This record gives sequence, C-alpha cells and structure tokens, in this order.
Amino acid sequence: MENPSVSIKHLDLEFGSVKVLKDLNLDIGQGEFLVLLGASGCGKSTLLNCIAGLLDVSDGQIFINDKNVTWEQPSERGIGMVFQSYALYPQMTVRGNLTFGLKNAKMPKDEIETRVKRAAEILQIEPLLQRKPAALSGGQRQRVAIGRALVRDVDVFLFDEPLSNLDAKLRADLRVELKVLHERLKNTMIYVTHDQIEAMTLADRIAIMKDGLIQQLDSPQEIYNRPVNKYVADFIGSPAMNFFEGEVADGKFINGDMSIDLSRYDFLDESVKSSAWFGIRPEHILVNEDAPFSTNAHVDIVEPMGSDTLVWTKINGIPFRFRMDGQASVATGDDLKIGFDPKRASLFDKTTELRL
Amino acid sequence: MADTSATNSETTTMVGPRGRKPKRALSPRNIMLYGTLIVIAMYYLLPLYVMVVTSLKGMPEIRLGNVFSPPVEITFEPWVKAWSEACTGLNCDGLSRGFWNSVRIMVPSVAISILIASVNGYALANWRFKGANIFFTILIFGAFIPYQVMIYPIVIILREMGLYTKLGGLVIVHTVFGMPILTLLFRNYFSSVPEELFKAARVDGAGFWGIYFRIMLPMSLPIFVVAIILQVTGIWNDFLFGVIYTKPENYPMTVQLNNIVNSVQGVKEYNVNMAATLLTGLVPLFVYFVSGKLFVRGIAAGAVKG
Amino acid sequence: MAQTGRPTQLFRNMSAKIAAIPMVLTALVVFVGATLWTVYHSFTKSKLLPNSKLVGLDQYERLWSQNRWLISIENLAIYGICSMIFSLVIGFLLAAMLDQKIRFENTFRSIFLYPFALSFIVTGLVWQWILNPEFGIQKIIRSLGFEEFVFDPLYNPDIVIYGVLIAGLWQGTGLIMCLMLAGLRGIDEDIWKAARVDGIPMWKTYVFIIIPMMRAVFITTLVIIASGIVKVYDLVVAQTSGGPGIASEVPAKYVYDYMFKNQNLGQGFAASTMMLLSVLVIVIPWAYLEFKGERSRG
Repeated sequence: MENPSVSIKHLDLEFGSVKVLKDLNLDIGQGEFLVLLGASGCGKSTLLNCIAGLLDVSDGQIFINDKNVTWEQPSERGIGMVFQSYALYPQMTVRGNLTFGLKNAKMPKDEIETRVKRAAEILQIEPLLQRKPAALSGGQRQRVAIGRALVRDVDVFLFDEPLSNLDAKLRADLRVELKVLHERLKNTMIYVTHDQIEAMTLADRIAIMKDGLIQQLDSPQEIYNRPVNKYVADFIGSPAMNFFEGEVADGKFINGDMSIDLSRYDFLDESVKSSAWFGIRPEHILVNEDAPFSTNAHVDIVEPMGSDTLVWTKINGIPFRFRMDGQASVATGDDLKIGFDPKRASLFDKTTELRL
Repeated sequence: MADTSATNSETTTMVGPRGRKPKRALSPRNIMLYGTLIVIAMYYLLPLYVMVVTSLKGMPEIRLGNVFSPPVEITFEPWVKAWSEACTGLNCDGLSRGFWNSVRIMVPSVAISILIASVNGYALANWRFKGANIFFTILIFGAFIPYQVMIYPIVIILREMGLYTKLGGLVIVHTVFGMPILTLLFRNYFSSVPEELFKAARVDGAGFWGIYFRIMLPMSLPIFVVAIILQVTGIWNDFLFGVIYTKPENYPMTVQLNNIVNSVQGVKEYNVNMAATLLTGLVPLFVYFVSGKLFVRGIAAGAVKG
Repeated sequence: MAQTGRPTQLFRNMSAKIAAIPMVLTALVVFVGATLWTVYHSFTKSKLLPNSKLVGLDQYERLWSQNRWLISIENLAIYGICSMIFSLVIGFLLAAMLDQKIRFENTFRSIFLYPFALSFIVTGLVWQWILNPEFGIQKIIRSLGFEEFVFDPLYNPDIVIYGVLIAGLWQGTGLIMCLMLAGLRGIDEDIWKAARVDGIPMWKTYVFIIIPMMRAVFITTLVIIASGIVKVYDLVVAQTSGGPGIASEVPAKYVYDYMFKNQNLGQGFAASTMMLLSVLVIVIPWAYLEFKGERSRG
C-alpha cells in the first residue's frame, strides 16, 4: 500500500506467557474506515490499545503517517480515541471535557475556542456544552466522547466498541451518524466491534480476528461472498451458514447419496480432491424455483420474523435452515422444493478449513 | 483478496524503534515509588519487630540497650512468665487466665451473633415485611451512637436479668453491638442472590427455614467466613465491654493485659510486658494472615456499603 | 425493588418476623431506649444511683466548668482533626502508590493493614514502649551523638496527644488505604486511558479527575474516621492512662471514669450525651446527602 495512514509491522504482544497478538501485519490507508471484528478475546481491542499506545508491544513496530510511534506516548501519536464506556470526566462540563486536554497542552485560548465550536457544530452538541455528563443521554454522551477526539484535530480516530452500551435503536441511529461523520471528515478510522452489522455497514475493509491473528482482511462484500476459511464463513452472516460434510471429487460434492454438481463453483484450485465442508447461506436458498441444484424438503419448524421467515428442515438428516420472504405462507409439515446455485456456495478443506 | 502475510511483503527490514520501549528497572520513578513504599513498610513493621525482640531479651540486656537492638541472648523466659506467672492484683497465674476467658467469651458470642444476624439479614433481604426497613434503619444509625451513651442503661438491663458481670451478659452485649454490621453484611449478600432461585424454592413449597438452611446457607459460606473473621477479631480486641460487664476473674485477655502492663506495683518487666502484648495480639494476627483477602473484604463490605 | 411473596395473611410471614425479633429489640430497647434513657438522665441529679429528679442543665454547667472535660474536648479536637487529615492523605497516597501496578502489591498491603487487626490495647502498649524515653527512640538518637535530643511525647503534657496520634495512625491508616484502594479500583479503566490519550500528566489526572470522582468514597471514609475518633478510649487507657496528669484525657474516658469510678452518674450521662451530639452533627448531614443521592439515583 502506498503511504499508509497506519502501518503495523510484525506486532507481537504477550501477557506473561500468553501470546495475545502474533506477528500481526496490517496497513490502513489514508481516510480508510477499517473495522476490527471478532468474538471477545480475539485480540481486537488489544490491537487497538497497542495502536493507541495504551499497551506496550512485545515486538514489532507501529507507524502512523510514516512516523515510527512504537515508543511514543499516546498523546504524541496523533490519534483520538472513543471508548465503550465513553470515559467522560464526570465532574467537568461537556466544554470542560472537550478542552481539558487542549488546555493541558497549553494551546492558545482562541484556537481552543475555534476547535470546540467546530466539533460542537459537527456533532450538534452546542446546546449541551454547559451540562455535565450525568445530565446527558447515552447517545449524547457518545457524541461528546467523539467530540473529545475531534477537537484533538488528529488524522486517526480509534473507536473501541463505541456503540455497545447503547440500546438497539439508538445504536442503529448513531451508526448512520458515524458513517456521515466519516464521509464528512475523511479521517482514517479504526473501529473495534463484535457486531457484524456494524462492521458490514461501516467498513471500507473488515479485518476478522481470531486468537490474535487476522483471518481475513477484505471489503465487506468479499468477506460475505468469499470467506477464506470456515471460521469466517461461520462468523459472518446471521443466521449462520449451513454446512455439510462430504467429499469433493470429479467436480462433485458428495454427501451420502446427495451429489452436488460443482461445475459452476469458482475453485481456487480445480484439481483439488479432498474431504470438505460445503457451506451455503440460508438467504441463498431458492424455494419452488428452478435452480442448478434442488431437493425436496420437509418443513420442521417455522420462525416468522416479520421481514422474513426462517424455515428449519433436514437435508440428508442434517439440520438445515433457509430464509423465505416474510409474506410467504409456509407451515410446519409442508413439503417444499428448495435449491441453490453452487456458485454462491463456499467449500472448505476438511482439515485446514481453508477455502477450496 | 488480501492474504495477511501479503501486506508486509514490502517491509522486510525494520528500522527505528521496535518492540517494547526500553525501561530501566531503576528509573527515578521506580526508585521513588519502591523507596517510599519500603520506608513506610518498615515504619509499619517496626512495632512488631520491637515486640518480638524485646520479648526475647532478659531484663539486664534491656536496661543496657535500646528497644531496637536485637537480642544477644535469646530467652523464652518472658513468654513463660507472661503466660503463667504475671500478676494482676492478687492473681499471679499469668495471661493464660485471660486467654481462656477470652475464648469462653468469644466462642459463644461469635456463634450467637452470627446466627442471629444471618437469619435476620435473610429475613430482611428475602422476606420483606412491613416495618422491617424502619428497624433496619434504626439499627444502622445505632452503629454510629457512641457506646458510652448506652453502656449504663445496659448495666441496669443486665442486672435486672441477673446477667450483669456474668458471661451470658457479655455475650448478649457483643451480639447486640455486632448486629448492625453483621446484619448489613448478610442482608447485602443475600440480596445479591438471584431472586429467581428464591422464587423457585418458594414455588417448590419450601418455607422460611427450609430455604434458609437448604439454599441460602450452603451457598453463603464465604460470607460466613467473612463474618467470623470480623467477629473473632472484633470481640477478641474488645476492651470496653469486657471491663464494664465482667468481674475481675472473668476479665478478657485485653483487660488483663492492660492491668499487667500498667500496674503501678513492682518493677517494670518490659520483656514480660511485650511478650504478654504479643501473646494478646497473636490470635487476631493469626486470623489476619491466614484469612488474607477475606479480611479485607470484610472490612470493606462493612465500611463502604454503610 | 421487587416484592417477594408479599403475604396475603399476616401469619404467613410469621417466621420472618420472629427472626427479626432480636433486631427489633436491639433497635428499640438498646439503640433508641437506652439512648433516650441516658439523655433524659443527663438532666437529673443522678449521682451514685440513677435519679429521675430533673435539675435542668446543672450537669452540663458543671461539665463545662470542669478543667478535665475541657482538656478532653481539646484533645479530641486535636486528635480528631489531625487524624482525619493525616489518615486521609496518607491513606490515599498509599492507595495511589499501590495502584501503580507494582510488584509485591499484596505484601505491601498486608504490611500496611496488619495493625488494624490488633486491638487498641496492644497498639497503645507497643507505642508506649517505643516512645519510652529511657529505652526508645530518644535513647537511640542520643546514642548517635545527639546528647540533648528530647523526644518524650508520653511524658510531656503539651504534646502527649500527638504521641497517642502516632499510635492511632499506625493502627488505622491501613483501613483507610484499603477503602481508598477499593475506590480507585472502582474507577473505569477507560478514564485513565482517555486521560493518557489527552496527554494529561498522572498527577493532574489524580487531582482533577480521579479525586473528584471519588468524592463519595472520601465522604464515607471521613464519616467512618470521625465516628471512630469520638469513641477513642482503649488507646488512651493503654498508652497513657490519661496522663501525664490529665493531659491526655478524652471524653470517652471521662464518661467511663465518672460512671464507674467516681460514682457520679449524672456527669457521665451529660458527657456521653455531648458525645452523641457531636456524632449527630457529623452523621445527620452525611445521611441526608447519602439518602438524597440514593433517591435521585434510584
């Protein structure tokens, strides 16, 4: 990548004998919105704290705007950070929260004033400047927390699960606001979350992490359509992907007496022949339509969810779910013809679990 | 498709700062921090050290040296003397009498106060009834009333009950004055037990005592240990109630210790005094060092949540 | 607050009510009854035996004309103010030092807290010995060549109360440290991180952010210290017996001596009522604040 905004090279982090991050490399472009996504304990927040300088790394380097900041203090790295718990200073007003760091850096008064004004205007918190955090709603607090990063006038914003403490509706609203904010400011943003919707909607690229390693670093589309391994395939998408165990041979996937023709599947390596997982997303199932592969299904359970309906069945004795339109009339005990296009499926090696 | 290892292909050599920021173990900050802590720790340990060395010296050596000088000739005689020969008034059977008195006072006081307070805390937490909170509030505020305000009326009450200067009377006093903190401790603990558990037991037909003995007791062992630590040290260290509500032959160890050391008759035997002091402190010290974090939890629970 | 099993019949909650009888008796008979009894009898001419003949404020007039009582009050004031300031400051500094992710934190904490496990009697006697001018600190300094060095707080009426203070702080500061440490640990880690990102130096973070956040902990701790100070008795009895002369007398000792030694109950009642009054002055505003806070939070 040419002239990355943030560059992480061979990063290791150990707590005692526990390796939390392992030889991690990551380049983040200027103005990119990068989401670090993973289950809890995968090292995503740890990585963010390393970038911020809140944790000392064990080995490797961190560059921000081509400057080696590996040994720099957090305040000297040119970053702003927003925390899950907001971490506002409770005894200070909103204005106090925004200006405390700047005053401490002995910035001229009028410069502070300009910056506070700009941040308050962008975040629409002007009426709140004299209030204390206790008198703000969750969404307002989060805006002030963003404002505290904004006034620092830095190139890189770090977000540590900033929406996790909010209720679902507010979270959806603020998600959009964040996207608008990014489009307006065009800063580099690194955003940690365990929520795949947030990741999919906000990210230019997503880095999916597990056990201190980046599993896949790609655009949301690519990660959704072409997961590099079974973990990523399983992690992304809700409800989760259906999997069959079987053999790949002669352009076919074979599970018992079921055989799926793979001539439409994009193999990484055509010649492969191995035990494999076959995965297909519930939303890629076609019901009562012609499809390259189809079979009969007996409906076990129906879960109507309004916008769509989740149907449970069994294929070859293996539980299988698929999604239908919310208006579809389907009931337990119905027999349906279901099918899919193997082009939309994913195949993973049985042992390495890597994409085939 | 970006493979993770592909992103670093351009950076095979790493120049400039790398890895952990080098830190000197002997940075000025660390020297200040640990230096201060060690000096303060020494100040805190000093009295313990003085007690030990003085109690192991003979009187001639004490007269020559100072309180901090280590013993040249170690003797355990002061300990023996403190335990079995030291005099209070006419009795010369040493601190052992006070020790056993304290044990006799402590065991029933700890047991009864904890039993009553735990049941009471359970009733307050899980079986709220009308008026309970009024009495509980009085109880908590009562913990702030100086004992001196209440000691004389209690003398009258105990005298009427025929328990004044008797062991039973002192047990009642310890139960009464231990009640605020213990009730608070148990009430808070039982309140934190998921209410669903309690409701489920009620649906299953368990009553007040059934739930207490079969559900609450088995799952609240830690809080009982905390309460025992609190009461053992509190009652063992009591002086005021011991001196008021017992007669000399029943004096607890603290009262007897004070009488031995501060008696004006005879030659001062500092080594015996320090051995006696150390002996009196051994029980709470033992409880403290064995219980560790539970002790901290006890005082914190008692103090902060008030 | 969910109501569990609110009874429809009175007797269904009988067991709970029976279990609460000791609490009700303690609250009504001892805490309310005994207190009111003492307050009432402080207005009587009780002497050797309690007497219910009211004499107005006679006992209080006599009390406040007693030199010994005035010295007791003065001592309590000096001891109280110093012990509040020093134990808060030292306790907080110790807690802040232990909170620096140091090695051997548990060891240091155990050392600072162990005196709290010891009784005031033991504390008083040890410090009586260490401060003994013939064998203790004074002798050591003199043997180092400072022949004229004088440090005999327990034998000098002017400073004896500070000698008691040294012992009292040694015994009690560990507790304050523990409470402060619990308060510090209760502060959101993210606040520290935010301050570091903002580039706030550590001492400024403590002074402007952390300490204001710990206001409630400070107030509660202060109330605990204050209500403990009023009760100071054993320590003085063991360390100085109120001496030299009456230079280290304290109110609690005054009460005990008049009630059980001098057979002048009325004086004891009046003095103890004064003690109660001073506690109320501390506790009521605090309880009001706590209660108000509780309601606005709840």
